[in-house]
Amino acid sequence: MPAISTILIDGLTYASWLFIVALGLTLVFGVLKILNIAHGSFYALGAYAAASFVGWTTSMNWDPAWSLLAMLLAAVAVAAIVAPLIERGLLRFFYGRDEVLLVLVTYAMFLILEDVTKLIWGANPYYVYEPYSLFGNIDVGVQSYVGYEFALIGLAVAVGLVVWWGLNRTRQGKIVLAVIHSPEVASSMGVNVSRVYMVAFSIGIFLAALGGAFTAPMISVQPGVSVGVVIVSFAVVIIGGLGSIQGAAIGALLVGLARSLAVHMAPVAELFSIYVVMAVVLMFRPEGLFQRIQARKI
Amino acid sequence: MAKHFRQTTFPPRRMGLRVLAASAALLAAGTLHAQETFKIGVVSFLSGQAAESFGIPAVNGAKALVEAFNKGQAPAPYDKTGFGGMKIEAVYVDEAGGATKQVQELRNLYDREKVDAVVGYVSSGDCLAVAPVAEEMKRFLILYDCGTPRVFEDNKFNYVFRTASHATMDNVALARYLKAKGIKVNSYNMINQDYAWGQDSKKDFALSMDKLFPDAKAGQDQLPKFGAGQYGTEISSLMSKTADVTHSSLWGGDLQAFILQAGPRGLFKRTQVLLSAGDHVLPGLGDKMPDGTILGARGAYGLMSPKSALNDWWWKVYSDANGVYPVQAPYRMAQALLGLKLAVEKATAANGGKKPNSEQLATALKGSEWDSPAGKIRMALADGHQAIQETAIGKTRYDAAKKMVVIDDIVRFPAECVNPPSDMKSEDWIKSGFTGAKGCP
Repeated sequence: MPAISTILIDGLTYASWLFIVALGLTLVFGVLKILNIAHGSFYALGAYAAASFVGWTTSMNWDPAWSLLAMLLAAVAVAAIVAPLIERGLLRFFYGRDEVLLVLVTYAMFLILEDVTKLIWGANPYYVYEPYSLFGNIDVGVQSYVGYEFALIGLAVAVGLVVWWGLNRTRQGKIVLAVIHSPEVASSMGVNVSRVYMVAFSIGIFLAALGGAFTAPMISVQPGVSVGVVIVSFAVVIIGGLGSIQGAAIGALLVGLARSLAVHMAPVAELFSIYVVMAVVLMFRPEGLFQRIQARKI
Repeated sequence: MAKHFRQTTFPPRRMGLRVLAASAALLAAGTLHAQETFKIGVVSFLSGQAAESFGIPAVNGAKALVEAFNKGQAPAPYDKTGFGGMKIEAVYVDEAGGATKQVQELRNLYDREKVDAVVGYVSSGDCLAVAPVAEEMKRFLILYDCGTPRVFEDNKFNYVFRTASHATMDNVALARYLKAKGIKVNSYNMINQDYAWGQDSKKDFALSMDKLFPDAKAGQDQLPKFGAGQYGTEISSLMSKTADVTHSSLWGGDLQAFILQAGPRGLFKRTQVLLSAGDHVLPGLGDKMPDGTILGARGAYGLMSPKSALNDWWWKVYSDANGVYPVQAPYRMAQALLGLKLAVEKATAANGGKKPNSEQLATALKGSEWDSPAGKIRMALADGHQAIQETAIGKTRYDAAKKMVVIDDIVRFPAECVNPPSDMKSEDWIKSGFTGAKGCP
């Protein structure tokens, strides 16, 4: 029996990584009603951009601490350049259409972005391991953890709080909430709905790219990094309830802890554990744990 | 009789014309033969997680070789232009997309592209799916890379071949390396991907350990999904009950992520890590590859390849074309194409100089043997359809002066030491205590 602290720390670190990415996915669905299959591609773009930015700071012999800022800027760059381009240039033409069509559109986008990343960065892997050692190691019992992973937990908490505060405590956030509840009414009240869509999509993409950028130091950035993350993120947002920030947080925690428990106690059930959590939740809450109450339109 | 004689002979002038016409026809036939091409479909991962580690290096190797063959620049006995004078035309197909898509692509290659042979497949799942289709279509297929022994141990094929050893060799060799080096093993952990390749690998290693280290206890048996990317929890698990050795058949981005995450946490210092297919990550990881890791290359490939004129030539051809030395996947592609070249030329000769069909190709390749940059390849198993070859295992060390990882303490294992005999399945062979194993160090 491994120490409970080990199971908890492992569950939390996995959940924090997952939460950052799933938060973007749930935000985009909440506002735009799009199940964004291409979300993993933005995660990959963030990782690749971070690899390039950190590679540049390293080649300039800057202090490794600058690489943290470089990773943040990489995510901002992806959100600022790619997200508006895709939202204005493609997605807006499909608003109001069948949700299945939008799923197909984002799937096509995923395929195209896979090739775009290969076109820009090629198939060889990129390594940006410099930031990984910035926080040293922390010993907990028999385990030695890399401090960077604890920093990721802090980042996830900060991101969650900022997004929650932005949505619930600022004027712009309340406008977004109004659009989520009813774009038609919000529009009739003078809200520029299409701008809200663009900003919300960009923030969602920023979160995906942020997840990719801060994961880059732990992996080799190469074709294919986009695939795995999107499947587990979907499980998280379905458990939590599509469009719910609290749901994404609780969903990520449940998945992280269930997975950690399975890996330590019954490794063969690791993948199964995530779907068990999903099945149990959906059995009692078919719309997920924190599904918003839908206003019935007459 | 005389009349008949006159009727079948020609006056000098008409005879000259006939000779001229016959010469022209022969000349035309010769030109036709020179213009004839042998078309091959090369299937490997050009996108997705296996592209960087296996698919693209293998395809780069194929391109370099096809170019060298077409220019007649390969050393003897591979020095005939193209395939016996026929120019080689290669069609490259992406293996990404899953087994169902690959079955469609295989049919397309044979029916629409009209290829004469297909050389392909990294994924064990794809190999298991396409082999019966090629057999059903009676078309020639070489599996160049995938590792699961099940392809030929659970099936019988006439038109399908695998020109590389299967994964049993890798895991038996790892266990034998521990024995040969006198490494004390009281316990072992394992971490392998949860699909055919990982499952087969861990089974073969565990069975080999049962025979060679009967007192060693199996501990953690981690099975992360393919492409997991995050291994923090698995690493904690492996560290919470650290064993003397930790076995893994992880590869590609998964292996790189595992090393990048486990290295800084100190796993490689607490346990002796064994990687059955680890050589391909060495050029990329450089000094991030922990020293003292025991690894294989699924053959005597790359830094562990044997010294030979053919290997020197291949190393130069590949390195010049790609700016990096060849690791395991291009080596396996090379031995497939070298074997195919000799088979085509043998079958063409047996077919009176005409391009051979799938049946004739299969007859030529079945049970054959040839020299490759990694040593002798022998189609010794599965009634001449499955290759065996020698392999090597060694230990990593980062050489700061060379700015690259080098391999020390290399032990070479003859093919008959680490591959089952032709009349036994791998699992039964290991369980029997490696009956008939020969030449083991």
